[in-house]
Amino acid sequence: MFQIRIHGRGGQGVVSASELLSVAAFEEGKYSQSFPSFGSERMGAPVQAFARINDTSITIREPVMEPDMLIIQDPTLFHAVNVFDGANTQGYLLINSSKTLSELGIEEMSSLYPKDHIAVLPATELAIKYIKQAKPNTVLLGAFAALSQMVHMPALEKAIRKKFPKKIAEPNILAAKAGYRLIDAIER
Amino acid sequence: MLQQISGSIAVANAVALCRPEVIPCYPITPQTHIVEHLSSLVKSGQLQDCTYENVESEFASMSFCIGASAAGARTYTATASQGLLYMMEAVYNASGLGLPIVMTLGNRAIGAPINIWNDHSDAMSVRDAGWIQLFVESNQQALDVHIQAFKLAEALSLPVMVNMDGFILTHAITRVDMPDQEQVDRFLPPFIPRQKLDTESPLSIGAMVGPDAFTEVRYLAHHKQKEALTIIEQQAEEFANIFGRDSGGLVKSYFAQESDIVFVAMGSVVGTMQDLINDLRSEGYSVGILSLRSFRPFPANAICNALKNAQQVIVFEKSFAVGMGGILASEIHMATQRYADIQGVQISSVIGGLGGRTITKQSLRKLVDKAKQGDLDAEVFMDLEANTVVRELKRQQDEQSSGPVAENILRDMGVVSASKTH
Repeated sequence: MFQIRIHGRGGQGVVSASELLSVAAFEEGKYSQSFPSFGSERMGAPVQAFARINDTSITIREPVMEPDMLIIQDPTLFHAVNVFDGANTQGYLLINSSKTLSELGIEEMSSLYPKDHIAVLPATELAIKYIKQAKPNTVLLGAFAALSQMVHMPALEKAIRKKFPKKIAEPNILAAKAGYRLIDAIER
Repeated sequence: MLQQISGSIAVANAVALCRPEVIPCYPITPQTHIVEHLSSLVKSGQLQDCTYENVESEFASMSFCIGASAAGARTYTATASQGLLYMMEAVYNASGLGLPIVMTLGNRAIGAPINIWNDHSDAMSVRDAGWIQLFVESNQQALDVHIQAFKLAEALSLPVMVNMDGFILTHAITRVDMPDQEQVDRFLPPFIPRQKLDTESPLSIGAMVGPDAFTEVRYLAHHKQKEALTIIEQQAEEFANIFGRDSGGLVKSYFAQESDIVFVAMGSVVGTMQDLINDLRSEGYSVGILSLRSFRPFPANAICNALKNAQQVIVFEKSFAVGMGGILASEIHMATQRYADIQGVQISSVIGGLGGRTITKQSLRKLVDKAKQGDLDAEVFMDLEANTVVRELKRQQDEQSSGPVAENILRDMGVVSASKTH
């Protein structure tokens, strides 16, 4: 089972990201599950969402405690929440930032991960370019696909089209593709 | 058809396939998405011949249900928590009058302190209200059991409440197999009411009944619930034949009959338990689960039959009777004494998951390990922060005007920086 935990802030599409991931995995014939951390969601408040992908049915309902993939939608959370709590450091780390790991102050923690399992990209800037909004979620999902190969772009596109009307879906697909290309181009 | 959707949307679509004729609703977290989706299905014409009414309160919604059902319409609504409390008088009337209303309860804690998250306090607050109460483990079961609920309600002329864990199931996006209209029509025939208000053939429903007949009317309600024990099993089998999956029945055993240690539980926690039990069994533990699908009627014989080989029973429940303890635990205790005289079985009552507290595999595993060592107390509040409790008790001892408990505890835990006002 592959377990994903997404950290972000209310309004960044954290819950939608987990849903899109689970639908994309479903489209590829896998079993998947997604759910938010059920807080009172407010704009700007720290939010988590979870997803699991598996070859057989998933019965567990606890939040993802030991994520194989951490997606950090907002790097200011490094100072607010222990995002690495329980993380499987043989897994993956995907961060939305234009800074380096040492500038983010997480060099020590990130050094535990295999180098080719880490990706840092300016997802908010790309989101503004493609969808004209500071919602980095779909860029990061594209990057997720490139980094982990746990889902692939055609299924992700399908999931985005299912969730959003065409006018919103199309720019988000471009955003996801941009995230994918950026990470896919890096030699690993 | 396989779909990856939320529990709420799955239930709304399943209810729509049951061809409801009247849906009065008042939205409340965490069931809101169910009634919102039904509203949009009616508005868009995808659900035809159905009146959707967004009423002014839960009391109105159940009262509306009573009127509609008494007039012979297939009637559905949903609520949760304080909403259920607000409709309480009408909840008793619906069952007392024998009206086959189906209601989803998106299980949620009851305040005060106000809490929007999941537990079973709301379901337990109506455990004596005369409704059939079914619990579901997963979103697949949630949608399947709603389809069964209409058939069951109408066969017995009794209201049925489908209990579905708020957030944990309602808001989770998982794979479900959505049946088609033809399958549902084959399983669920058109509603033929046992009683109907009809201007062509006038009658009254809801007579005042005095001491001479009240006992008999109430006894019949009890008898009806006992009949349900048979009908639930029959319909589960019929459902499996048409839909090709087992989604009903009174109880579901997961290695219960062949294990020394057996969890008894209801709802979504069974899923996490299954995951744990798979781990533990591969490590050589003799441990299983008995999942109660029907809480009312209480399937005492089926429970005892499943527990007859158990050495230790861990009854896990997400609510309790304050001043008494575990509700399900005491009912299990009664059943094992009265119905089977199961010798020497140890029953521990575990209260957990209150107000949405996460139920982890790790905490459940600790219970099993303690039980295995014969060390599990008769009553356990799982993951209770004992130090926090002790500090509040001390504050109360030290000072008569120690202030409101909830605020004190939150301040103690550093959750809020609320200042003392006195």
